[in-house]
Amino acid sequence: MNSPNTTDFVQKGNELRSEEMVVNMGPQHPSTHGVLYLELRLDGEIVVDCRVHIGYLHRSCEKIAENRTYTQFIPFTDRLDYLASMNNNLGYCLAVEKLLNIQVNERTQYIRTIIAELNRVASHLVGIGTFAQDLGAYATPMFYCFRDREQIVQLFDELCGGRLTYNYMRIGGVQTDFPPHAVKVIKDFIKYERKKLKEYMELLTYNAIFLSRTKKIGILKPEVAIDYGMTGPMLRAAGVKWDLRKDEPYMIYDRFKFDVPVGTNGDSWDRFKVRLDEIGESLKIIEQAVEALPPGNPVAKVNKVFKGPPGEAYMRTENPRGELGFYLVSDGGQKPYRNKIRSPSFSNIAVLPELIRGLNVSDAVCVLGSTDIVMGEIDR
Amino acid sequence: MAVNQQQPPKYEGEKHLGHFATGDIILTKSEDLFNWAKGSSLWPLTFGLSCCAIEMMATGASKFDIDRLGSGVFRASPRQCDVMIVAGTICVKMGECMKKLYAQMPDPKYVIAMGNCAVGGGIFYHDTYSVVQGTETLGIPVDVHVVGCPPRPEGLMHGILKLKEKIQKRGKPETNYPEKFVRPENAVGFMKEQLDKTEKVIEDQKKTT
Amino acid sequence: MDQAQISKLLNEQFPGSVAEEQPKAIVIKKESLLAIAKMLRDSDTAFKSCHCITAVDRKDKIEMIYMLYSFKHRFMLNLKIFLPMNDLTVETLSLLWKSANWLEREVYDLFGVKFLNHPDLRRILNPDEWTDFPLRKDFDRPDFYRLPQSEGLKAGG
Repeated sequence: MNSPNTTDFVQKGNELRSEEMVVNMGPQHPSTHGVLYLELRLDGEIVVDCRVHIGYLHRSCEKIAENRTYTQFIPFTDRLDYLASMNNNLGYCLAVEKLLNIQVNERTQYIRTIIAELNRVASHLVGIGTFAQDLGAYATPMFYCFRDREQIVQLFDELCGGRLTYNYMRIGGVQTDFPPHAVKVIKDFIKYERKKLKEYMELLTYNAIFLSRTKKIGILKPEVAIDYGMTGPMLRAAGVKWDLRKDEPYMIYDRFKFDVPVGTNGDSWDRFKVRLDEIGESLKIIEQAVEALPPGNPVAKVNKVFKGPPGEAYMRTENPRGELGFYLVSDGGQKPYRNKIRSPSFSNIAVLPELIRGLNVSDAVCVLGSTDIVMGEIDR
Repeated sequence: MAVNQQQPPKYEGEKHLGHFATGDIILTKSEDLFNWAKGSSLWPLTFGLSCCAIEMMATGASKFDIDRLGSGVFRASPRQCDVMIVAGTICVKMGECMKKLYAQMPDPKYVIAMGNCAVGGGIFYHDTYSVVQGTETLGIPVDVHVVGCPPRPEGLMHGILKLKEKIQKRGKPETNYPEKFVRPENAVGFMKEQLDKTEKVIEDQKKTT
Repeated sequence: MDQAQISKLLNEQFPGSVAEEQPKAIVIKKESLLAIAKMLRDSDTAFKSCHCITAVDRKDKIEMIYMLYSFKHRFMLNLKIFLPMNDLTVETLSLLWKSANWLEREVYDLFGVKFLNHPDLRRILNPDEWTDFPLRKDFDRPDFYRLPQSEGLKAGG
């Protein structure tokens, strides 16, 4: 009867039988950013496989669209990607204007650009704040980001009456003109936000804990990203320099000077940094647009109904999450025959099983947070 | 609780016994004390489904600050919370999960329906095949309805204060389940066909294996 | 690059596969889809990204639309296929572009088009037990979760 020594224990440990465990993450979970259901198969803490289930917020927007006129559908586009409602409105109105061949005047274009870029700043702030919250910085970054977002949202509140869902863009123009103090408020906000961006750099970007949590986690290669049809900051963080506003400009984006931030490795830290830099670039665009704002009347002439010849049109715009596209088919009536919404987060999330395999569960949460998805537009 | 001497006592027996340098002594029911405690610390469940969830997060953030009402502690597990704030559109697939979550919450539990979609279907009421028209059609009784699309953070805070008032008056949550409680025998129309077809498929599978 | 060049290329390499040329799309025959897609991806045209796959119900047939994008030439190509209602099957493109996997699952869920050799063809947005295809034009509006009957909203008022 020999007493057991260390080698005996180690040998016995290697013969231990272990099983994989299936863990349900979601649909109700604090860090899945909405109702997303991930079925994880774990071997200890390591994710062996992952299956993505969506559809818990499927609100049948495309079927509803076949029963609404073009103008009646604008509030539904707000609720698709609810963090960037103005951009959704803009994409839909541009698609309808392309289908029905409607022109807009200069002031409308400038106002639309300013509002869309302000909403991009607000959306990226929420993305950054909730990403940091998922990693464990429970309150501080999120409170800072929401505090900045409150200023933008207050301006939108005075402009069109809503804080989250605006219904501001109309076909052929916008709902109301800027109030007289709007330009001053926007200029003050730009100065304020530039100071705060430096603060976020010091707080998060080069923080040792943040770096060790996000560097080399969830590396996405450029060929894989293009194969999955990804767009937006995820594609740019993987190293592909592609931005619809620069490469296939729509509206008046070719008049403004701005850069397109690109990542080097394709990991979560790059995705965070790309979003943070994009806020700075959007502020540049807003500054240039506000200087050059022409006089005029941007309010849309309200038609009771819009009608056009049978045809089809596809228009895509650069949303904060990627390229949002509206494919409209008209049969000559007042309502579209088919309205297909091509949402960026739907394509961005299909890559999740590939990125998560082999990581710990907490790194899986980090990757999910860095994709910055919104369930409203995945499920429509 | 009548600390202020000018208010008349709520019922016979509630008395203000004495005033001392360090405080007052009051004789009252312990139920009132518990209701006061229950109403002042309602811990919500993180149940944000769609757009209203962002307004719920904004209410929890620094400008509107739900923490000073005692509700700042959002818990992810239903076993640890008092109130379920249904924020967002309820879809058919999610409704099943929601009933399970509601059943897992310990008594006394309250429900706040936030936003037009949770109150009665909202903008998705017509022409939809996958949206449940309101929390009550699922069979979950609702204490406070907060309307708006999305409701302002001040509106949600008003709703929570109303719930606090309701608790302090009654103590008990709503429990009268509406008649349209979703059971298979109550299904009508299209959903009944779907359920029949699925049952037939399961029966056929049982016969062949 | 424009649509006429692609059409010419298809006529040279796959004679007889182009059924019709619409102003914004090229209609091809169902059988030549896989070969044409492979050629478009691998040759100099470099359509490396499948941007969107969708379908439109035209009452007696279903029209499938494939939108392919080429970063090199900055051109978006629309390919269309018509499927008769009694034979809604088509080859899958998910082995060529990974984005086609989920996009085809969505078309199956909403329209009922079956994709042959798809690695994982099941419903994605609706519950798994459903047997109906909602976005078809002959889909009756459901009345389970609804209180009064509704006609949809009328336009112009």
